[in-house]
Amino acid sequence: MSDMPPLRVLIVDDEAPARNRLRDLIGDCALKMQLEIAGEAANGRQALDLLSTCNADVVLLDIRMPEIDGIEVAQHLQKLEKPPAVIFTTAYDAYALKAFEVHAVDYLLKPIRVARLLDALSRARAVAPVGAEVLHELRREARSHLSVNERGRIHLIPLAEVLFLKAELKYVTVRTAAREFLLEESLARLEQEFLGRFVRIHRNCLVAKEAIRGFERGVAIDADGDGEGGWSVVLNHVAEKLPVSRRQQHIVREFGRIL
Amino acid sequence: MSINQNANTGALPNFRNLGILLRILVIVDGICLAAALLETSEPLALMEVLVGMSAQVQPILLLSLLLLAAANDLLQRLDYRRAVALLVAIEFCTATAMYFLGHHLFDAAGALERYWLFTLLITGVLIGYFDLRGRALSPALTEARLQALQARIRPHFLFNSINAVLSLMRQDPRRAEQVMEDLAEMFRVLMADNRQLTPFSQEIELAKQYLNIEQLRLGDRLRVEWDVVDFPGDALIPPLVLQPLLENAVYHGIEPRVEPGVVAISLRCERDRVRVVLRNPYRPDSEHHVGNRMALANIRERLALHFDSEASIKMVAGNDTYEVQIVMPYVTGRA
Repeated sequence: MSDMPPLRVLIVDDEAPARNRLRDLIGDCALKMQLEIAGEAANGRQALDLLSTCNADVVLLDIRMPEIDGIEVAQHLQKLEKPPAVIFTTAYDAYALKAFEVHAVDYLLKPIRVARLLDALSRARAVAPVGAEVLHELRREARSHLSVNERGRIHLIPLAEVLFLKAELKYVTVRTAAREFLLEESLARLEQEFLGRFVRIHRNCLVAKEAIRGFERGVAIDADGDGEGGWSVVLNHVAEKLPVSRRQQHIVREFGRIL
Repeated sequence: MSINQNANTGALPNFRNLGILLRILVIVDGICLAAALLETSEPLALMEVLVGMSAQVQPILLLSLLLLAAANDLLQRLDYRRAVALLVAIEFCTATAMYFLGHHLFDAAGALERYWLFTLLITGVLIGYFDLRGRALSPALTEARLQALQARIRPHFLFNSINAVLSLMRQDPRRAEQVMEDLAEMFRVLMADNRQLTPFSQEIELAKQYLNIEQLRLGDRLRVEWDVVDFPGDALIPPLVLQPLLENAVYHGIEPRVEPGVVAISLRCERDRVRVVLRNPYRPDSEHHVGNRMALANIRERLALHFDSEASIKMVAGNDTYEVQIVMPYVTGRA
């Protein structure tokens, strides 16, 4: 035991008293095992920022937090090279608790007992990470952000900034007004998750409805010659035009914004 | 003042409430119309019959309502049987008096027995109606008490608060004590028999205790603005009107935000009306308010029970604020 490096714990909770309490309890646990506090974060965004630098082995993650909740944080942190073990904390959440039991996900009920915390922390290294499928099950709502790993850091892209998603060979390109990102997810899954926000204009392309300025007679021609003679989408914020496939021509009429 | 209807013993309605008076007028006139329709259905003749009937019925009706409003305090104080007996006696006297005053004016007035029978019948129908209505609404009261324990205080709030107290134990035991005291006071009110009206000052006290605890949890994220000018603390209101609404404001308005937000409470007294406005920040896109709707429905029900149509509750969702407006009659314990 003594030759193991101390377990580094990151505390994530939006309520200061809850973080204080966890700090006290981790202090108590540190008498029984090698522990170190890697940092504290007051919301999901801070947590993801810290995680890329603080080398945490375990995250104590509050579920109900503003903007990016705990389960979504767990979804994003999977993008890390070496994702930490996740232990959820919650005061009360009937739905999530049932799901945790079903999928044997580790969680602690607030107020947390020191014995339970010690137990969870000592198992943390051995516990298998929570799979993406299980997280999806725990939280059926769409994520508020997309995330990519850029040189070891998790970069969050607010969904409202996404103009379109385009499937390339292995990746999905995420286009915002400022730049592009490569996402390792399937376009079909993204379409399903963000139903209503995007419209499919092509086999390989989803466009944010809000980003559509209008439609133009075929200028853009893609590799399949699909755009030819057909329509293409003119976007807000960027000059790129996207071809509408023949199959999806009906959306031009549905939107009706012909330029 | 107790509630208008009481589950076990039955009680007469509050005859000083406009809503109740209106119900009585509508029912009596409805019965008259039905009686007139039995005699004839030809429009012109119908009008004639109705006018004739009104001339006899309306004076009794209006005088009765006046007398009952005057005797309301006495009627509320007596037990149900005696109150009903007194009410019937008042009606008999009114009918008899109106008969002797009126039968000189109308030769078609008919026999005194007819007056008595008609009065007795309508009085019986009305007492029966209000009794049934009371019974129909009283489960809502029991329900309201249960909900006070279950939904009122979200379990989420209870456990987070206990957690916050625990976090204070080591660093700031005094503050921990104080928060425990606030919690205890809150739960005393929550578990009390909440069917009686309480003074507004007590409700404000409860709201402050609640907000103190939330402040501890949320720190700078929660800002509270009280706007109270010349507000009468003795105004009587149904208990637990303010606190559940504040809890909604915090849960839906403050907790989902990273930035600080303001919960504003404005209390005003406008002549004989008490006006409460609560405002909190809100995002129209956020999935909103299942619990909220339940709390609001519950409060609306209790307001109706105590004040009938004299109280109202209204929600206004703006672009970035959510507002709840309540108007209640200004009632005090002094008769």
